[in-house]
Amino acid sequence: MFNYLLKRLAAIVPTLFFVSILIFGLQQLLPGDPAVALAGEDNDPNVIAYLRGKFHLDEPLPVRYWYWLDGVFHGDLGESVRIHKPVTELILEKLPVTIELAVLAMLIALVIGISAGVASAVLKDTKWDYAANIFALWGLSTPNFWLGILLILLFAVKLGWLPASGYVSPFEDLKANLAAMIMPAFVLGNAIAAVLMRHTRSAMLQVLSSDYVRTARAKGLAERVVILRHALRNAMVPIVTLGALQLGELLGGAVLTEQVFSIPGFGKLIVDAVFNRDYSVVQGVVLFTATAYITLNLLADLAYFVVNPRMRG
Amino acid sequence: MKFSRLVFALSLAAALPSFAQALRIGLAEDPDVLDPTLARTFVGRIVFAALCDKLLDLDEKLAIVPQLATSHEWSPDYKALTLKLRQGVTFHDGEKFDAAAVKFNIERHKTMQGSNRRGELAPVTSVDVVDPQTVRLNLAAPFAPLLAVLTDRSGMMVSPKAAQAAGDKFGAAPVCSGPFRFVERVAQDRIVFERYANYWNKGAIHFDKVTYLPLIDATVRLANLKSGQLDLIERVAPSDIPALGKDSRFKVAKIVEIGYQGVTFNIGKSDLAQKYPAGKDPRVREAFELALDRDAIVQVAMEGEALAGNQWVAPTNTWYAKNVPVPKRDLNRAKALLREAGVINPTFTLMTPTTSDAQRIGQVVQAMVKEAGFDLKLQSTEFSTSIDMADKGQYEAYLLAWSGRADPDGNLHSHLACKQPLNYSGNCRADMDELINKQRATVDRAERLKLFEQIAAIESKDRPIVYLFHRHWLWAYTNKLSGLRTVPDGMVRLQGLRMN
Amino acid sequence: MAAIAIPIDVAPRELTPAQRALRRLARRRGAMVGLVIVVFFVLLALLAPWIAPYDPLAASWSAVRKAPSWQHWFGTDEIGRDVLARVIWGARASLLAGVVSVAISLSIGVPVGLAAGYLGGWVDMLISRMTDAMLACPFLILAIALAAFLGPSLTNAMIAIGIAATPIFIRLTRAQVLAVKVEDYVEAARAVGNSHLRIALRHIFPNVVATLIVQATLAIAAAVIAEASLSFLGLGQQPPAPSWGSMLNTAKNFVENAPWMAVWPGLSIFFLVLSFNLLGDGLRDALDPRHG
Repeated sequence: MFNYLLKRLAAIVPTLFFVSILIFGLQQLLPGDPAVALAGEDNDPNVIAYLRGKFHLDEPLPVRYWYWLDGVFHGDLGESVRIHKPVTELILEKLPVTIELAVLAMLIALVIGISAGVASAVLKDTKWDYAANIFALWGLSTPNFWLGILLILLFAVKLGWLPASGYVSPFEDLKANLAAMIMPAFVLGNAIAAVLMRHTRSAMLQVLSSDYVRTARAKGLAERVVILRHALRNAMVPIVTLGALQLGELLGGAVLTEQVFSIPGFGKLIVDAVFNRDYSVVQGVVLFTATAYITLNLLADLAYFVVNPRMRG
Repeated sequence: MKFSRLVFALSLAAALPSFAQALRIGLAEDPDVLDPTLARTFVGRIVFAALCDKLLDLDEKLAIVPQLATSHEWSPDYKALTLKLRQGVTFHDGEKFDAAAVKFNIERHKTMQGSNRRGELAPVTSVDVVDPQTVRLNLAAPFAPLLAVLTDRSGMMVSPKAAQAAGDKFGAAPVCSGPFRFVERVAQDRIVFERYANYWNKGAIHFDKVTYLPLIDATVRLANLKSGQLDLIERVAPSDIPALGKDSRFKVAKIVEIGYQGVTFNIGKSDLAQKYPAGKDPRVREAFELALDRDAIVQVAMEGEALAGNQWVAPTNTWYAKNVPVPKRDLNRAKALLREAGVINPTFTLMTPTTSDAQRIGQVVQAMVKEAGFDLKLQSTEFSTSIDMADKGQYEAYLLAWSGRADPDGNLHSHLACKQPLNYSGNCRADMDELINKQRATVDRAERLKLFEQIAAIESKDRPIVYLFHRHWLWAYTNKLSGLRTVPDGMVRLQGLRMN
Repeated sequence: MAAIAIPIDVAPRELTPAQRALRRLARRRGAMVGLVIVVFFVLLALLAPWIAPYDPLAASWSAVRKAPSWQHWFGTDEIGRDVLARVIWGARASLLAGVVSVAISLSIGVPVGLAAGYLGGWVDMLISRMTDAMLACPFLILAIALAAFLGPSLTNAMIAIGIAATPIFIRLTRAQVLAVKVEDYVEAARAVGNSHLRIALRHIFPNVVATLIVQATLAIAAAVIAEASLSFLGLGQQPPAPSWGSMLNTAKNFVENAPWMAVWPGLSIFFLVLSFNLLGDGLRDALDPRHG
């Protein structure tokens, strides 16, 4: 177990290194002179020259990479060229928003996904199975931005029940915060619900046909007890680890949902930065979310390892 | 006795709620840095209108009106502009606004690293403090656009003390001289200002708090207005106007912009210009223009929310050259010209930004000129990339909009004079350059207009840019709001705005 | 020599694993529904030039944003083009986006995964770390950055999505190879002296195929949505050429006054993606009886 942990930790370093190279390289490959892009509509040559100097844009690629990496080791992820704010500050600003959205989406996904998965496994091949299947699959089959706009039109414009977009801090007004987050969380959670449903279903099916459950049934326990207490508990392990992975993806991936609902999280930050050629922001945020994702991955694997004795040794 | 008075006083206090009147404005983009010297976007100017007062301002007819400068006077040779400054004005940090502050600001605009104001203040050679309420800007040569320049960011005055203390981090917590002071900014989420108690014109301000919320998607912006989360939105999508007009809860305001939308041709920016017929031969460009039905483009692509035009200023603008009116469509002449030029089916690529407006306009133009035989290809290019390609001349035609400046020179000089930063077409003609430089130095209106007429005559024959139309700035707001002034620069001025 | 009687009743013909799988697949209703819908859209795409009622690019100033009627069953769009024709032709773009992207992912991902799993050692370590790095970056961000780098167009969007999805197939193939590598028959093949390549292709690859087919089908569904997402940001199929994603992107501005512009492409994406998902699920159940 300890060896496994060490091996995994050792693997993180080269992975992060590749992440940094990947995202740095991709940024630099984007067409268009970033200084020109950032100089704005007046296209003043003095401003362009100044920007090129400030961001070492005339230096060769490895040199620029080194400047950036050096900064990272000192906790300095650079500064947004567009609004002159340190990237670390931007990340700290957006992190609570993104985490809240991710957690809410996960909750919705777990509720929908697990119940649909259990129902589908227990009532296999009946119309409930198909219905649960379709319901969860619906989440995967509709583009988020599309669903988001439809929901806004229905709940915000036509019915007026929920705000159309924007974000209010939960510390300021919890009710308003939840009202603003429920639609985007639902849109995001839908897609994950489908994945969770599938995994719950197959995990449950495996467990339901196992000796353990057959023993429980033979003992004469009520079916509901068998399902909920014995089968589901055992099936939870792979489900939870999968959930943790999806959470990691959510941290950086709610790109379109955030655009549509104007939630000031990471997704929106990254996309806008890509289009504005605000390199430092993209590099800093992606490095951060990649690290978070890898860490969550590791924790999930460890949890699985700890809980499932069969994997040890 | 005393007790009942106390109760009365308390109940009176309870009965008079002191609520802060707040205004929420929806913007089409997130502004860039909130420093007037460094700022580079149109949307940033909207926010500045509440934060930073300027030396001079514009009214609905684009006339110059006082703001921080109560009067202005040119010297007889027009090489010096003397401004009398308003008394009793203070910055948000309490510092006095005076001639020394003006001098500091102009010099900051001119010398700060990364300043975007250098180009438009280049003609100003020095600033003299005549007395605390009088300042004089000295020019190397007469420069007619100067007054208009001072109605934009170059005329915005920030607190010298705060600017010196903050250096280039000033934009994170700007200290200016406008009706509202900076409270906080969450990038891409909101910008919050609160009323500045000592504003010189506080009688005209009826809000205690202003929040700007950038919402990029026009549909979402409108949804927010309709659901009551916003009081006012800018740049409403033209297709939403008819329905809004019928909705009694909201009002719509519109005015023709000072900018333009046009097709810029690469006629000399790079050697690509010689490789395609429209770049080489002005007759092909003429045929292109004649194949366009501008009114139909306005109708179909912009739902009628634009004004067809053929110059760098709108036909309703006082500086419009009446000797070159907007041409009507003439397909036969277009085809004849192409035959004359020897290219029956000329092809070229039109680079278009990825906004939905630009996409629509591009497609309408494409379908229209097809009827004259043009095989127009559309190339959607992300904005940052397109500017870069235009800069390097790696394009054939570019569907470019310009946000516009109050003085027509701002729409002309940088775009059409030789080797200027915004001259993407590569247009370089000695005759035009001479006229453009001459009009900048001509303060007499009648003479200047004659010069514009001459420039228009040349431009309309050569067509480095085929101007298409001038959009309407479109605002939609709750019917409880009144006092919105529609000024062609597209700004939302808070003076006089009130919630009923 | 006495003649020996040879029994002539032979044992019933054994079905191959593939045939058995197909049988199982045919029995799953969801998968069959999915298959039918997919075939429907493929036919629609192939027969587009003959069945589309109008030229999808033909603009008409007088018929701007007209509601569905007998002349235009699905209505017209913002510059007067027939929506039905554009939906039919759009099937091509969306199907292409789905299939080509996944083809790219497979053609890069499978060989790399095979190499990593089979060769092991530092090759595996290098490939695995790079794959982990790509997987750690949010998928859509990678796709956006790549598409922005290559330039907005359907082809570049397909390449971008394909590359961004490659690490999934690398990982999948590698995991399968690792599981199969230690099987007895592989060891036997090595012992007999077969070359690495032969073993990889003849023994390992066929066992990986089943999982790949399932994952590929599901990936096509995700790729169609990814194309729509890129189009939403202006990076996919460019107008005037129709694709459901870019049609939705334009339609979102007119949802209140011309909802038909959005309904039909939206439903089409939904059904196409749903059917690939159903088919993929069915294939998974059919190819691995333990799941069924």
